[in-house]
Amino acid sequence: MTVAYHRRPVIWDVDYDTPAGELIAIVGPNGAGKSTLIKAALDLVPKVSGDVRVFGQPYEDQRERVAYVPQRTSVDWDFPVSALDVVTMGLYGKIGWFRPVTRKWRKAAREALDRVGLADFAKRQISQLSGGQQQRVFLARALVQEADLYLMDEPFAGVDAATERAILQVLRDLRSTGKTALVVHHDLQTVADYFDHVLMLNMRLVASGPTAEVFTEENLRRTYGGRLALLDQVGTRLAEGQ
Amino acid sequence: MIQEFFHLLSGWSSLDTAIAGSAALTAMSCALPGAWLVLRKHSMMGDALSHSALPGVVLAFLVAVGMRQAGWISSGQQDALLQMFLFAGAVLVGVGTAWLTEWVQRLGRLESGASLGVVFTAVFALGLLLIRLDVDDVHIDVDCVLFGIIEMAALDTIPGTSIPEPVLVNGAIFVLNLLLTVLFYKELTLAAFDPALATSLGIPARGIHYGLMAITAMTVVAAFTTVGSILVIGLLIIPSATALMFSERLMVVLGLSVGIAALSAVLGHALTLTLPRMIFSRLGYPTIEDAGTAGMMSVTAGMLFVIALVFAPKHGIVSKLIHRFRLGLKIAGDDLLGLLFRIEEQTAARPTDVSVPDLVAKQNGINRWVMSLSVRSLLRGDFITRQASGELSLTDRGRESAKSLVRAHRLWEAYMAKHFELPDDHLHETAHRVEHFIDDAIQDRLQSELKSPSKDPHGKSIPRRSDT
Repeated sequence: MTVAYHRRPVIWDVDYDTPAGELIAIVGPNGAGKSTLIKAALDLVPKVSGDVRVFGQPYEDQRERVAYVPQRTSVDWDFPVSALDVVTMGLYGKIGWFRPVTRKWRKAAREALDRVGLADFAKRQISQLSGGQQQRVFLARALVQEADLYLMDEPFAGVDAATERAILQVLRDLRSTGKTALVVHHDLQTVADYFDHVLMLNMRLVASGPTAEVFTEENLRRTYGGRLALLDQVGTRLAEGQ
Repeated sequence: MIQEFFHLLSGWSSLDTAIAGSAALTAMSCALPGAWLVLRKHSMMGDALSHSALPGVVLAFLVAVGMRQAGWISSGQQDALLQMFLFAGAVLVGVGTAWLTEWVQRLGRLESGASLGVVFTAVFALGLLLIRLDVDDVHIDVDCVLFGIIEMAALDTIPGTSIPEPVLVNGAIFVLNLLLTVLFYKELTLAAFDPALATSLGIPARGIHYGLMAITAMTVVAAFTTVGSILVIGLLIIPSATALMFSERLMVVLGLSVGIAALSAVLGHALTLTLPRMIFSRLGYPTIEDAGTAGMMSVTAGMLFVIALVFAPKHGIVSKLIHRFRLGLKIAGDDLLGLLFRIEEQTAARPTDVSVPDLVAKQNGINRWVMSLSVRSLLRGDFITRQASGELSLTDRGRESAKSLVRAHRLWEAYMAKHFELPDDHLHETAHRVEHFIDDAIQDRLQSELKSPSKDPHGKSIPRRSDT
């Protein structure tokens, strides 16, 4: 898969087969294309080439089995809705057009909030939640979708210790029920503790595999040791030349 | 003044009802798409659509007239077709403007505001040029398109009835917008709050964006004959901006927007009938009796917004001032209790020449008036008593409260001494500032984290809570 902004490729030829039922970290420096990889997989940004298959089938046919947790800063938290409203949004696809949100759906949303430890905050307007609580609301919104594959963009960024524990617990629960989670992660200290697999990205796939084998000093140096100068240069020519 | 207002209003006629009704339905029809624009942070799009609709309107005119002149339709059919062409033109313009804006933004690598500015001014100018084309007997009044003439529009009634045309047209648009909002409530909400999630759930956020643009353009064009293309921007944005001051629940915000829109219209017309005469007759111009309802509607909507800004229960200026004043009183009281407690701790420090409240006020830069109010409320709350000699002393209740404050202060100093690289004499000021906000729960956490210290960094003992 190759993805470009303004014709300048941000990720080149990433070819990756996600192992099912594992927790997978996506690591890499700023500008490595971690978020872009997730967004392209979800068809949120156009791909130059390549395709995404989910459980062997095209993504369009498998939408219901995939849940997305965007970066917390991607939305306006002053929007006049409650925590419960936001979680319910995860169900809008299932509820379907023209159908109201009935008690059954709200109950499901409440249970998801409970799973992230926010049962008491259901009615709270979202701007009155702390950053960590907002992140957990987003997580609950993904949980309520009951998907098989979870794509999460920096769920651990800037959260308090309680939230970090809650998210980790949820991730482990997901794994124990056979779900797969691909998580953009920035904290290299915790990669080995939290994740089974790791995908190391810097404009191209540097390495991928079981954390114990792949998460080595050598690979870290290759991932974080600056961008490939030629890749940058050719990318610029592509952007200018077309 | 009020008497005069109602006296002038007593001349309210059925024409006034027609005007006020037309105005209200126009405002209400704009309030809903406007609210969605505001919630999506696309308010500028309303500005853009109302301007770029102009060439669409002119072209619709020219096509309808051209068709009649070619003999394809009769002049009665021309009027009916014109209305349809106007709406079709509006939908095209709405979608076209939204698309063109995105295109300019991407190709020109501009921020969205700049690309909107490029697109809508260019398209609007094109409309102004088209308007100058005098095609035989067709003449479009620029003033009418820009500012609308609601008083004239309300005179046009539906043939065979006494229903003013704008009531029917704008009323129908309002009903349509209400219906769409109800039917697509979930999708509109999600596409506004988190379009990426919408797309990932298979809900076409882009489609909803373009649909909203088309509907907004249609609403705006329908409002042209009553309020014109400039004032309609206010009707789109102001009601929901006001509603957002009052509520944090989406349904309430939407409902309030419609209510505020209707109120602005009716109140606006009432003020049109009364205000100019009341003001100008006093200034010596008794002949000025009236003003434009369309303009007064927007002025009224603006006034309601200012009133909300000042008086809204949570976000209003007054409630913020009251909150700050209460906090000031609490801090003054806290500081007094704290000093009385410290005096009890070491009786040698008893001030002799000034009273304690004056000393606290002077030390902490607290207004004397605030201090005396706070003393009074502490006396009333039985936190302190005044002795016959005039000196203040703590009651048991006050001592508990003061102990908690001093405890918070010293625990915080100990916490800072542990985690910050600061000389000991720099600790007091911060602790003094935060002590008012450290409740029992945080005190407990500080205490357990610091392993129950008995002394603060200055060697003063940290008082224990009585119940432990």
